[in-house]
Amino acid sequence: MPDYSWPAAEQRSLIGKRISRVDAPLKVSGRAKYTYDVTRPGMLFGKILRSPHAKARIVSIDISAAEKMPGVKAVHIIQQPGSTIQWAGDEVVAVAAVDEPTAEDAVRAIKVEYQPLPHMVSDAEPPAGAGEAAGPLGEDDIWDALDQMPPAEVAKQLGQYGVSFKVTEDLLEDMKKYDVPSEVIEAARKATYHEVKEGGARSSYQKAVEQTQGDPDKAFAEADVVSEGVYGLPVITHCCLESHGSTVEWPDKDHLFVHISTQNVSGIAGQMAEPLKTPAANIHIHQDHIGGGFGSKFAADRWDITAARLSQKAGGKAVRMMLERDAELEVAGARPSAYARVKVAAKKDGTITGWQSQSWGTGGPGGGGMPPIPYIFTIPNLRKQHTAIRNNIGPARAWRAPNHPQAALITMAALEDTAAKLNMDPLEFFLKNLDITGPRRDVYREEFGVAADLMGWKEKWHPRGQNISGNIGRGVGLSLHTWGGRGHESHCDFTLHPDGSVDIKMGSQDLGTGTRTCILIVAAETLGVPLEAIKLQIGDTMYPSSGGSGGSTTIGGVSSSTRRAAVDARDALFAKVAPSLSAQAGDLECVNGTVRVKSDPSRSLSWKQACAKLGAMPLTIRGNNPDKSKPPDLTNSGVGGVQMAEVEVDTDTGIVKVKKMVAVQDCGLIIDLKTAESQCYGALIMGISYSLYEEKIMDRTSGRMLNPDMQFYRLAGISDIPQLVVHMMTGKGYDERGVVGLGEPPVISPGAAISNAVANAIGVRVPFLPLTPDRVLAALSQKAGA
Amino acid sequence: MKAFEYATPETKEQAVSLLGASWGQAEILAGGTDLLALMKDDVVAPKRLVNIKEIKDLKGVTSSAEGFRIGALTTLGDLADNANVLKEYPALADALNEAASPQIRNLATLAGNLCQRPRCWYFRNGLGLLPKSEGGKDLVAEGENRYHAILGNDGPAKFVSPSTIVPALIAYGAKLRLVGPRGKREVPLEKFYAIPATETEREHDLRPNEIVTEVIIPPAHGVMAAHYEIRQKATFDWPLAVAAVALTMNGSRVESARVVMGYVAPVPWISPEAEQALVGQPINAETAQKAADAALGNAKPLSQNAYKVQLARVAVKRAILKAGGAA
Repeated sequence: MPDYSWPAAEQRSLIGKRISRVDAPLKVSGRAKYTYDVTRPGMLFGKILRSPHAKARIVSIDISAAEKMPGVKAVHIIQQPGSTIQWAGDEVVAVAAVDEPTAEDAVRAIKVEYQPLPHMVSDAEPPAGAGEAAGPLGEDDIWDALDQMPPAEVAKQLGQYGVSFKVTEDLLEDMKKYDVPSEVIEAARKATYHEVKEGGARSSYQKAVEQTQGDPDKAFAEADVVSEGVYGLPVITHCCLESHGSTVEWPDKDHLFVHISTQNVSGIAGQMAEPLKTPAANIHIHQDHIGGGFGSKFAADRWDITAARLSQKAGGKAVRMMLERDAELEVAGARPSAYARVKVAAKKDGTITGWQSQSWGTGGPGGGGMPPIPYIFTIPNLRKQHTAIRNNIGPARAWRAPNHPQAALITMAALEDTAAKLNMDPLEFFLKNLDITGPRRDVYREEFGVAADLMGWKEKWHPRGQNISGNIGRGVGLSLHTWGGRGHESHCDFTLHPDGSVDIKMGSQDLGTGTRTCILIVAAETLGVPLEAIKLQIGDTMYPSSGGSGGSTTIGGVSSSTRRAAVDARDALFAKVAPSLSAQAGDLECVNGTVRVKSDPSRSLSWKQACAKLGAMPLTIRGNNPDKSKPPDLTNSGVGGVQMAEVEVDTDTGIVKVKKMVAVQDCGLIIDLKTAESQCYGALIMGISYSLYEEKIMDRTSGRMLNPDMQFYRLAGISDIPQLVVHMMTGKGYDERGVVGLGEPPVISPGAAISNAVANAIGVRVPFLPLTPDRVLAALSQKAGA
Repeated sequence: MKAFEYATPETKEQAVSLLGASWGQAEILAGGTDLLALMKDDVVAPKRLVNIKEIKDLKGVTSSAEGFRIGALTTLGDLADNANVLKEYPALADALNEAASPQIRNLATLAGNLCQRPRCWYFRNGLGLLPKSEGGKDLVAEGENRYHAILGNDGPAKFVSPSTIVPALIAYGAKLRLVGPRGKREVPLEKFYAIPATETEREHDLRPNEIVTEVIIPPAHGVMAAHYEIRQKATFDWPLAVAAVALTMNGSRVESARVVMGYVAPVPWISPEAEQALVGQPINAETAQKAADAALGNAKPLSQNAYKVQLARVAVKRAILKAGGAA
């Protein structure tokens, strides 16, 4: 059996080193082609008429004037009269025209009559007594309920309230496919259908059943200290610098060719097949580079399907349909909000004994689930209850580490408040309670030690509010986080050519994280050749499928499939070469561009000479992950990270400046230390942005987003980014775990660490992110009044 | 963006003749940093753009006994680098250097900055300058007004004046020269701004067929001035409060003072109360605080922006101390 294991530390010449990304020259010189840059012969430009109302029924649509305009090649009604709009900016009609101004003129010429309906865009705390979701369940309600309550409760609600739609066999089949328990499927089959009048019979509030563990009442009764607080963070957007969209064409009536900005090259064709009634095999997807996704670009979106329909109507000509900035922020994804009233019980020595929380938040029309609170810490006695708010702010999408930043902020802020109440250094308090953090507690302990040194925690930490001089308060804060990160399914074709060239084809994508570089490092390390000797092709459905880049699953997947293929290819080459070196295949190694005998390196062939022994045909190997037939498992799951933040707060203006951040992170065996560190730098910058600036601000009267732009949807600029210190845990205890993903974890803690640092600096908790001057000053005046 | 006519006159007179008699017909294109964004967002849709960049006598700066003359087309970047500005008008230099980004300062003109439209997010989203719901509700008063006016907000206008440079120019006593079909006129900058009462009015006294030709700042020998701006982000962010202060001293005591705030009212807000509080006083933390309190004494915050009263107070106080050399 070939040895697929990762090479030992002393044998690695590339893996784990700091290697610059291979596509850097393309990107910094502007030569990298993003989907937005794609132009096709005779390309048309798509534009969409969007609803100005947050909730409305479409009464009538008149596209006749638009259709007659010169230069307009296709008009497509996306939502027919009678449809109900659920958020402002929702797509109603699309046009394709010879240029953008003509398309915009055509959009303006379309007349849509709406009947506005009452909307809600708030995610304020549910009023007392609100909460029971009376009325029949919609399809989304059932899926949401399955996330939030035990199956028996879902079945009970289906029996009690019925459904607001006709349950189809397709839905029941889908439920089976997703392992929905049979009692729920049966209840759905039998559920009574009730017609729902507009305005909605169901409450905007979906109250999940209360969850209890241990004996919370006793824990709070016996606690030495009970800390209470309210914490939360608002809906934010993904704000991808390259907006969502695609350029879609029909080269002939049966085949579709799609350039799309996506995190999921291999998955898109299947998603487009059904609505377009075209076999997935006839759909060709391509993407070279992507300008950000952060979890919002896994799907073929309605505008992509629409682009295909416009192209069809325009005789197959390519249609470019990229979202405008305002639409990008309004409709192309948002992170759900989360707020909680929390009580924590603790003993005098700092031991956490109890947790109680009432939480709420919104993910738009679907409501959304409860973040995993309390986060990381398994508190023995707890009671928690969550209410999801369904409103008209537009749909939520996965945002880098879904639900974790919310859970971290709520938990770590509540625990830090508890430490403050105990007059304990939070570092000491968190260390004391690491025993209830589960399998990564020793990692956290080690990481906290490293982070404390890098931050200078001992010198910088003072009890709350005791480091204010003049109008400047200084403080430090910390947080910790976890994530899975096991490698996804990935396949590649790995080819050695008789002329010595090597190519790899894989249907993966590089989100800017260094995926290309890492695949090449694994291949080059295995073959003993330089990175430049290998040609890598990704981003196309012509290549073997590889999973979507989400949940920090890419690096584990692509590195494992590449390693297995490279080892097999190398060993096959050894077998061909062995006779001419008068050696056994097993005695050969490839080092520095040669194939040689381990025991006698003077017996060697150059890489080119060795490959010539392949004969006339190239050698192609399929590499797979997972692959139980080719052990060991090369990837793993579960990481821990800790972060510390140092801030300065102007107590007269409430303006927060982050002065320094430290991130200490493990992720198993690191393929490229440089791009791994870059992931952490990027996450810290993104974290500073959502801690201080970002918020999707909705106008309650018009139901519109007020900051769908880059002037009031603020992102941190270069002057707002302080010293960032990143330390990756490597070596013994880490490397042998295999490769684990890193995309999500480092973005989880910044909000909590910065919020805690601000509380430490000014002596009072600012309950909600972002930490804007109005909120900081309000907290300070409350403290002064207390 | 809707289709429009594009005219490039070479003289002021031609430019004036190409402008319309009422707002909405034509817009003046100079740096374009504000106008083009408004057009792309369909907030304004002029039938004609009058590009004035080819008019030679709108460019350049000169110093004379009457003061410092700045051509309307002078970019913020050029002005910020001007030796005379750095030496004679440090508060203006600070305001210029803190405005927008270097890229924008290299394009944006001084007159364009003075005439830019409000940054109110209701206005920028096409909901109107004095936004009302169909049912007649005041969207700002009922809605998201965290960045809106705390002074001069009794009427329907609740946006804040957008220029961060105007307060310093007013503090220095700057005047504007305008030209229209009936010839030239001169307006003190402090009288140039007006609070609109209807959607069709503008935020200033420029008539639809007038252009700004130059800005004159009187000599500032002996004037101690400062600009102070509170922004959440370190750079390239709209401020939450701006203050500019100009003092003349008699020994260690204030002889006369100008205190001007930006981003607090629909117009640049001059505070005679703060000015009176300073006259005859030395500059120290206590007198600066009293003047700042006086400046905001009449503030009437909306539902979400009480914090701006505090920020404006801090801006005034810090500007006074900075002008007095105490900070």
